[in-house]
Amino acid sequence: MRKLMLGDFAVARGAWEAGVKVASAYPGTPSTEITEELARYDEVYSEWSPNEKVALEVGIGASIRGARAIVSMKHVGLNVACDPLFTASYTGVNGGLVIAVADDPSVFSSQNEQDTRLTAVSAQVPVLEPSDSAEAKEFTKLAFELSEKYDTPVILRVTTRVAHSQSLVELEERQETPNRAYERNIAKYVMMPANARVKHVVVEERMQKLSDDSNSFAINRIEEGDKELGIICSGGVYQYVKEALPNASVLKLGMVHPLPFDLIAKFAKSVKRCIVAEELAPHIETQVKAHGIAVEGKNIFPRCGEFSANLIRACVLGEKKEISAESVPARPPVLCAGCPHRGVFYVLSKLKLNVLGDIGCYTLGAVPPLGSMDAVVCMGASVGMAIGFDKADPEAHKHSVAVIGDSTFIHSGITGLIDAVYNKSHITVVILDNRTTGMTGHQNHPATGKTIKNEPTYELDLEQVCRAVGVPNVRTIDPNDLSAMEAALKEELAKEEVSVIIAKRPCVLLTKKLYNGFRVNEKCKKCKACLKLGCPAIVNGKDGITIDVSLCTECGLCQSVCKFGAIEGEGK
Amino acid sequence: MKNLNVLIVGVGGQGTLLASRVLGKYALDEGYDVKLSEVHGMAQRGGSVMTYVRIGEKIASPIIDEGQADLILAFEKLEALRYAHYLKEGGEVLYSTQEIMPMPVVTGAAQYPQGIEAKLRGTGVDALGLALQAGNAKAANSVMLGALCKKLGYEREKFEAALLASIPQKTIEMNKKAFELGYRAV
Repeated sequence: MRKLMLGDFAVARGAWEAGVKVASAYPGTPSTEITEELARYDEVYSEWSPNEKVALEVGIGASIRGARAIVSMKHVGLNVACDPLFTASYTGVNGGLVIAVADDPSVFSSQNEQDTRLTAVSAQVPVLEPSDSAEAKEFTKLAFELSEKYDTPVILRVTTRVAHSQSLVELEERQETPNRAYERNIAKYVMMPANARVKHVVVEERMQKLSDDSNSFAINRIEEGDKELGIICSGGVYQYVKEALPNASVLKLGMVHPLPFDLIAKFAKSVKRCIVAEELAPHIETQVKAHGIAVEGKNIFPRCGEFSANLIRACVLGEKKEISAESVPARPPVLCAGCPHRGVFYVLSKLKLNVLGDIGCYTLGAVPPLGSMDAVVCMGASVGMAIGFDKADPEAHKHSVAVIGDSTFIHSGITGLIDAVYNKSHITVVILDNRTTGMTGHQNHPATGKTIKNEPTYELDLEQVCRAVGVPNVRTIDPNDLSAMEAALKEELAKEEVSVIIAKRPCVLLTKKLYNGFRVNEKCKKCKACLKLGCPAIVNGKDGITIDVSLCTECGLCQSVCKFGAIEGEGK
Repeated sequence: MKNLNVLIVGVGGQGTLLASRVLGKYALDEGYDVKLSEVHGMAQRGGSVMTYVRIGEKIASPIIDEGQADLILAFEKLEALRYAHYLKEGGEVLYSTQEIMPMPVVTGAAQYPQGIEAKLRGTGVDALGLALQAGNAKAANSVMLGALCKKLGYEREKFEAALLASIPQKTIEMNKKAFELGYRAV
């Protein structure tokens, strides 16, 4: 049966068909849907782990015990999982271990544009790269085979355009893969110095053998065409090349680390002009050149952003079409109408506080008119940065806060909070507890009390966690109660101690309700106080201030800030 | 059915994903190769979004470049104008006349452009008005899908079935009505 399938779903399907038993992940665009989909299969144990490091450790354990396991994350998630990754490369596997990593060229939904292939080079782990959904499924299955054959974790790298595009996939049956026998093997799995020294040699030999063998892998193939022009490419870029240069000779690499240098040399020799077309870093180009093979690459292609067929035509053939776009106002993403984070950011903005931010929907608190954000770096960084503010300037804690989401706090904010207490910091942390992992599309986490399969489980109590690490001041506030929020912030900022305010209200998108929306009546004085909320449903148009009923969720914040009672409607 | 590049644009949350999946499912059932490319995550939160649908005998790239779209289905008027340069010669825009103010307009940093209709080559539909008539503003995407079905000359029953298979059971009646209103609007 053929099915139109998202690249991420195809990875999940491939893992399922390969008999995978354990799937773990922390959500991250554009990788989230892999594990969401795997959770639908009853034969697979799946989990949302608190972070990518734990997710990979779960995968490593499952592999050592003999099961096939898949661990999924976005590119920056792999940074979090690097510690186990670099040593799992030494231990190797028992059951096949595949790490699906999604890169985000053009930075659609990330904090940077790093290239996973470079991490893989450093970790000495092979990388397969599919170019569409059919290959996403096929390569995932192959990744398990290679993992077991070469005794190594294998990274399956997708990019946003492969992960989030849908194309046709031929469905096949699941091959049940019984657990491989488990035996204690200290030399293989206990990485103390004496064993690690030995294993490093094994890793070097493994990568050399993989490189040699990959010259004859079917997924590294030459598509003969015009001998004037040869393109070396992989992944999504292959599709752009086929679209833009249908007659060119192509060397399509299914495995992008390690590289098949004999095959590449043969291909380069067979064409007059040989070009490496790759998004982001010159990973293939650099290695190919280091092997003494002359190619073009980043001399004609950009290092930043994703490619397209037009870009290939322009860079390779010099075909530049000038297409002028209308100059129109930008439409940046904003906090949704009814977002529970809005109340917090309204108060932070009103009090003109410095805000150390974190990764999630609430990063959008940086967008005007709320505009309340000083720095955002990575998951969990808000707490550590707030400590740094405090230690650098003894007055800073009186006018600065860390804000961090519930899921992000569990991911890597807790350790920062322990540091704050242990090292006698004076910071105030606001946990934006919207009862879900919002930005990635509403995944459960340890504090929602539900598993990935929506089954009830132990519910992590955030207040108790904060008290347990020694935070003397912990309180929970409804962020839509603006005066309570303001009073709490003022009190906690004045203290020379660590404080945590849990702003608790579920994400508005969790309730799939239909709303009638509020109305503005004749009492409106056009004072524009409501516009400071930055609510996309409040319109300042030619007919004065109105409310867009297609967006309004009746949260009532605008009624709270209107001094004239000009906003009508019964909400909440 | 001929080869077709359809760009679907709008404001995050308006239902561009649903529209692309309905169109993709219909084309697939007709026996064509289909590729869709979607936007998830941060960009979905009220920002400008675009989704690509490519239908044909054999499709390579899942994305549509500037100057390559046969049709732009726009759920918001300003978004129609923002992406109008993606049209190929002879292509046209099927757009909702709804206006959603982007944040720079709300804050007064920019003005919502006037006279957009005059700059667009294509057809406008009062999707919001017709959706409210059908029962709720949220049905605007079904209005636009009705209009799209008519515009492309697709089989109404099959196309409507593809839509109804993709939405919650309790909203079926409302969306049927919205589809009908959209179909008759062009």
